[in-house]
Amino acid sequence: MSRMRTMEILVGAFMAGGFVALFFLAMKVSNLSAETIGEGYPLAARFDNVGSLKVRAPVTMAGVRIGRVQSIRFDKTRYEAVVTLNIGKQYNTIPIDTFASIYTQGLLGEQYIGLSPGGSQEFMHPGDELTHTQSALVLEQLIGQYMFKKAGEDAAK
Amino acid sequence: MLDSLARLGRSGLGALERLGRAHLMLAGILQGLPSLLVRPGLLVAQVYNVGVLSVLIVAVSGLFVGMVLALQGYYVLSQFGAEQSLGVMVAASLVRELGPVVTALLVAGRAGSALTAEIGLMKATEQLSGLEMMAVDPVKRILTPRFFGGLLSMPLLAAMFSAVGVLGGYFVGVGLLGVDDGVFWSQMQAKIDLHEDVYNGVIKSVVFGAAVTWIALFQGYDAVPTSEGVSRATTRTVVSGALAVLGLDFVLTALMFGD
Repeated sequence: MSRMRTMEILVGAFMAGGFVALFFLAMKVSNLSAETIGEGYPLAARFDNVGSLKVRAPVTMAGVRIGRVQSIRFDKTRYEAVVTLNIGKQYNTIPIDTFASIYTQGLLGEQYIGLSPGGSQEFMHPGDELTHTQSALVLEQLIGQYMFKKAGEDAAK
Repeated sequence: MLDSLARLGRSGLGALERLGRAHLMLAGILQGLPSLLVRPGLLVAQVYNVGVLSVLIVAVSGLFVGMVLALQGYYVLSQFGAEQSLGVMVAASLVRELGPVVTALLVAGRAGSALTAEIGLMKATEQLSGLEMMAVDPVKRILTPRFFGGLLSMPLLAAMFSAVGVLGGYFVGVGLLGVDDGVFWSQMQAKIDLHEDVYNGVIKSVVFGAAVTWIALFQGYDAVPTSEGVSRATTRTVVSGALAVLGLDFVLTALMFGD
C-alpha cells in the first residue's frame, strides 16, 4: 500500500512539474506576459505602400506599443493598402489628425507603425480612418534616388 | 520469378493485415476509455512507468541540448553581430522542434521498448490469454491505460525538455558567453509566440505521444510469442517509432509553419 502511495505522490509531482514547465514556457519564454493590451478597438489607415509590414506587427506611439496590426488588405478601386489597427481600448484619446508612418526597427529589422499625435482636440472613434499616412521606405527606391542624384551631380561637373 | 512475385504479394498482404490489426487494436483501446475512467489507479501506474521514470533522461538531455544549441548558435550568430538573438534561437528551436521530437525519440527508446517487451512477454507467458479466460478484455485492461498514460506523459515531458533546455541555453549564453541577461529574455519574449510556437509544440508532442505508444503497444501485442519474437518486436518499436516521429514531424511542421 505504501508503495502505491509513493507512486501516486511521484505521479502527482510529475504532473505538477510538467504543468510548471508549460507555465514557464507560456510566461517566461513566450510573449504572454507582454500581451497586456487585451481588448481593443479598430482603426483603419490607408497606405500607398506597406512594404513588408506583417499582420501582428506593433503599433507604437512615442515608442510605446499601444496596439497591433490586425489585418492588411488591398483596396482594388483606389489601389491602396488598407491596414486595420487594433488599438488598446484604454488608449482612446488619439487625435483625429494623428499621423501614421511605417518605420523599420533597426537597419534590417521588422516594420512597425508609428503614430505621431496631432494637435486636434477631437479624438478618433472605433472604426475611423487615419487620413495622414506615410508609406514604408523601400530600400531600392532610396538607393535608386541616391544613384540618380549622384549621376546628376557627376554630369553637372 | 513467380516465387519472388508471390513472396512480394504475400509480404504486401501481410503489411496490410498488420495495418488493419493495428487500427482495430487502436479502436479497442479507445473503446476502453470509459472503463479506464472508473479505475484511474491503472492510469496512475502507467503515467509512473512512462512519465516519471523518463523524467531524468528527458531533463538531462534537455539541459545538454539547450547548452549545445547556445554554444553553436552563438558561433553562427556572432558572425553577424546578432548575439542578442541567441535566446530566440535557442527557445524557438527547442519549443518548435527539438522539444517534441527529441523527447518522443527518448520516450520511444526508454518507455516504448519497455512497453513492447512487457506486453510481448505477457503474450509469450500466456497472461493475455489468461485474462481472456477470466472474461477480462486484455485490450481494455492492459493496453488502454498504457496508451493514455503515454498520451498524457508526452506533452508534459516535452514541456520539461524545452523548459530545461531554455535554462541550459541561458546558463551557457549568459553565464559563459556573456550575452546580456535582459536582452536574452526580452528578445525571446518578443519573438516567441504563445499560439504559434508553444501551442503548436504541445500539439506536436501529443501526436508523437499517441504515435509512439500506439506503435509500442501494437508491436508487443502482435509479437511472435517467443523470446526471439519479443526481442525483434522491441527493436521494431524503436526503429519504426523513431521513423514515425520524424515523418510525422515533417508533416506537422509543413501544416503548422508551412505558409
